[in-house]
Amino acid sequence: MLSAPLEPGFDYTRSYGPLLGRFAAGLRACRILGARGADGKVHVPAVEYDPETAAALSELVPVSPTGTVRTWSWQSAPLSGQPLEQPFAWALIQLDGADTAMLHAVEAPGPEAMRTGMRVHARWAAERRGAITDIACFVPGEGPDERGELPEVPDAVEEMLTSPIHLSYMHSASPQESTYLRELAEGRVVGMRCPVCRKVYVPPRGACPVDGVPTEEEVELGDNATITTFCVVNVPFPGQRIKPPYVCAYILLDGADIPFLHIVLGCAASEVRMGMRVRAAWKPREEWTTNLANIDHFTPNGEPDAPFESYAHHL
Amino acid sequence: MGEQAAAVIGTGQTRHTTKRHDVSIAGLCREAVDRALADANMDIADIDAVVLGKAPDLFEGVMMPELALSDAIGATGKPMMRVHTAGSVGGSTANVAANLVRSGTHRRVLAIAFEKQSESNAMWALSIAVPFNMPVNAGAGGYFAPHVRSYIRRSGAPEEIGARVAVKDRRNGVRNEFAHLRQPDITLESVQASTMLWDPIRFDETCPSSDGAAAVVITDEHSAGKRAAWIHATAMRTEPTTYSGRDQVNPRAGRDAAAALWRDAGITDPLSEVDVAEIYVPFSWFEPMWLENLGFAEEGKGWVLTEAGETEPTGRLPVNPSGGVLCSNPIGASGMVRFAEAAMQVMGSAGEHQVDGARTALGHAYGGGSQYFSMWLVRSEKP
Repeated sequence: MLSAPLEPGFDYTRSYGPLLGRFAAGLRACRILGARGADGKVHVPAVEYDPETAAALSELVPVSPTGTVRTWSWQSAPLSGQPLEQPFAWALIQLDGADTAMLHAVEAPGPEAMRTGMRVHARWAAERRGAITDIACFVPGEGPDERGELPEVPDAVEEMLTSPIHLSYMHSASPQESTYLRELAEGRVVGMRCPVCRKVYVPPRGACPVDGVPTEEEVELGDNATITTFCVVNVPFPGQRIKPPYVCAYILLDGADIPFLHIVLGCAASEVRMGMRVRAAWKPREEWTTNLANIDHFTPNGEPDAPFESYAHHL
Repeated sequence: MGEQAAAVIGTGQTRHTTKRHDVSIAGLCREAVDRALADANMDIADIDAVVLGKAPDLFEGVMMPELALSDAIGATGKPMMRVHTAGSVGGSTANVAANLVRSGTHRRVLAIAFEKQSESNAMWALSIAVPFNMPVNAGAGGYFAPHVRSYIRRSGAPEEIGARVAVKDRRNGVRNEFAHLRQPDITLESVQASTMLWDPIRFDETCPSSDGAAAVVITDEHSAGKRAAWIHATAMRTEPTTYSGRDQVNPRAGRDAAAALWRDAGITDPLSEVDVAEIYVPFSWFEPMWLENLGFAEEGKGWVLTEAGETEPTGRLPVNPSGGVLCSNPIGASGMVRFAEAAMQVMGSAGEHQVDGARTALGHAYGGGSQYFSMWLVRSEKP
């Protein structure tokens, strides 16, 4: 079976709201704030709604950057994007003045340096942006306290946080689709017939959507096709691979029982019609891979338009 | 345990808008929840179970938001579940909540749905280029535009029908305090002069991107007072996105769901018996398409009702007096807004966009590639 990476990513833009916005502004100023719950408990990190009563919370109180490890585990091989590049501990840390423990990283030479009940304090990131990552990590030992040199709690609210998220998948084609893709790499379009309904699917399916069984009998399809319907895409958007405007059309290959989407070139967009006859324009052979994009586009083949009745049941 | 009567006794929604940078996702949801509870004259403590609806996680990049939101939506210590049926999810969520009451499982259920489109970009999220395929996808508009073209070809509808729907819905939105877009001065000519985005769909025939949330409180008859929208029937159907011979213009799942809904509600002539319909119309041409799919008109004749003005607020079947999805599209919540607006109409609480004498109303939603359908039929009278 063929596989290929699929890696979507986006810089999400979070809005904090009034309470979390003050919590984030505190972090930027190297102060940790907790939200006082309906029962007087101080929740760190701050929460917008009381976990017991669901009441909306509004009071924030400063807590110490020093606290006690309540439990921990060792990350011996850190992953990309984690707080530290070298091995470190994940710990639930209850800061002095807080009633709940927060999850963060503790920098330590090894797991033998970690124990439940140990005292740790926050180490701040050099560049802060109003986010939980403004605490670079915690380190063993007591930190500064209120009698010392703690910065003032700012009277500020952070509004937004940009949060990039990138996912890394390995996308696998079904055995049937893999066969079709290998044929595409040889310059052939091969569909497969469902053994029950006898419909020819292109791409072939691991399960016919109607009968639930794999399509199996290979059917080689030619380059000629009918446009069943289409639209003209004029809209640009992030991540777009084809520069607009372009004609996005449902292409029904001769001999196939289902259309697929492709682009149409070789005539003005205003000349494209439902029922227009087209043929595949392949890329140069040396560019062929296991991809439908081996067909660069479809282009008018000069034949008279197909009668509406011939494709009406594919709309 | 026999079937219980169930009714909507409270609805709430946010003022839908492009960017709600002043609140978190939790704060947005809570605004709708608080309004629905106030409308129902209840507190969060009165609720027995919570159902949350949400469109694809990629839209905000938050996996399993129902867990992060459980405090905000008052689900602590209660049964809570999340529903996901793409764009129809708001409707499906209301249906799940309704059926938790109708089955006798719970007496007072809160249903909530949201979308905060400003945190991401739905066109990007709906157009991820899958390996081995042509990267031609161009968002929801790019998906639906070819099928709109097929409808126009099949029905022979005049070209301006889409623009007429846009003018009606945007003007309706002016009378809805929660609507995102309100365009009192919109005209047929201005719609037709707007940019062609995905030919044949123009800019003014397209829903906006909205931040918003909606909530409904559904109870059994012991908790329902006189002011209630009684749920007479619910229906949901699904079909694959693609299969050979699939009718993308008039999908079977929608026809089957509607047939089941009318049967269960005892309705034989929907056009005569339904007073107002809130139908999921994200692109204007879907009004005539869904009028046919729902059985308000025979196939190919939905546009005739639109052209004759029968879907105007003063027409035979007012469609989307709230302004509909064309005025506000917080995707995950849009279906629930349709369902809530239907309930508001029969409760007489739709304010300036109230349809006089509305006693029977349809709420409708669809999602994915026209592959998920959900609907309910509410009345001012108990079943």
